Amino acid sequence: MYAALFGIIPGPLWLRILISVIVVGAVLFALAGWVFPFIDSMMTPAQVTVN
Amino acid sequence: MTDDQPAAGEPEASEPVHASRRDARAAREAAEATVSAAKPEKAAKPAKAPKPDKAPKPDKAAKVSAPAAPRSIGTRIIGIFGELLITVGVLVLLFLGWQLWWNSIVLGNEQSGAATALADEWQSATPTNGPATPAPTPTRAPGSTIPDYGVPPVLAAPGGAADFGILYVPRFGDGYKRTISEGIDPGTVLNKGGAGHYSDSQMPGDVGNFAIAAHRDGWGSAFININELHLGDAIYVETKDGWYTYRFRGLEYVSPFGVGVVDPVPQVKNATPTDRLITLTSCNPLYIASERIIAYGAFESWQPRSAGAPAEIAAYVGTGN
Repeated sequence: MYAALFGIIPGPLWLRILISVIVVGAVLFALAGWVFPFIDSMMTPAQVTVN
Repeated sequence: MTDDQPAAGEPEASEPVHASRRDARAAREAAEATVSAAKPEKAAKPAKAPKPDKAPKPDKAAKVSAPAAPRSIGTRIIGIFGELLITVGVLVLLFLGWQLWWNSIVLGNEQSGAATALADEWQSATPTNGPATPAPTPTRAPGSTIPDYGVPPVLAAPGGAADFGILYVPRFGDGYKRTISEGIDPGTVLNKGGAGHYSDSQMPGDVGNFAIAAHRDGWGSAFININELHLGDAIYVETKDGWYTYRFRGLEYVSPFGVGVVDPVPQVKNATPTDRLITLTSCNPLYIASERIIAYGAFESWQPRSAGAPAEIAAYVGTGN
């Protein structure tokens, strides 16, 4: 799957690697910025209180 | 050049860029009888894109060994499924890293910033020291170095989730400070990285038990070093009135239902308190939270804002006044 996706990217190898790195970076940024905080807010946090 | 070396031994390692992929495949299939097919093909194509980093790909290997029989649809689906599983695994690890490490640091820094801003706000709201408002002169018990400014004032408990105090524990790290908010609701208080005050317990300086909770790991990790406290370590609580100094006295481990630890006299039901205590609760063991770790401290002294911060934390109260 990832091999096929890499094959879709046009351009010479260095450009394809550059594009891949940029895309992966954008995905990580979106995960840390929006996806993970959302999942975190949906999770039941570890309880630290006595009740 | 170094890229060409491994590529030469591997027929599949070169690929045309965009000129004619079909031509390349035809040439490859024509030359597949010999292992060294890549060499002439390579020489024929001017625009090469060697992929040394992609060498161990299973689909490529399959093409090399049996190019005449393309992978069956079932193999492809299994391959995609496998890569998706790997992706999910990586995402889960990334999330854990984000939650326990990255976001915890971010929240911790936010907390320090909030505590600094709060201290600055209180400081600026207080008239500066001068002839008009002289610092009260403390009395000292004979033989004691602890200043006594009389009975400590007790703040009225604020409304929901408001920050009313700042916690300083030098043992938790140089410059350690966290806000103390009202209530122990995870969503509005504890997950923001600071400490939360058990609303049923007393306020700082009051006779009884000032009980607070905070996360041990993740969400700011405010109490991650709670097990590192030594007997007599200072636990400072700042409010708009001044600073309360408590001294750490001991740890206790209880079940998650051990509500007795936040009673006015811990673990004694309906007793009339005579001491001023502080109780810190967090989860134990680290990352598991099947128990609660409790740290108790006893009140030592308080000092009004006009007397300045206690020497041990004076360097990092507010923006360093």
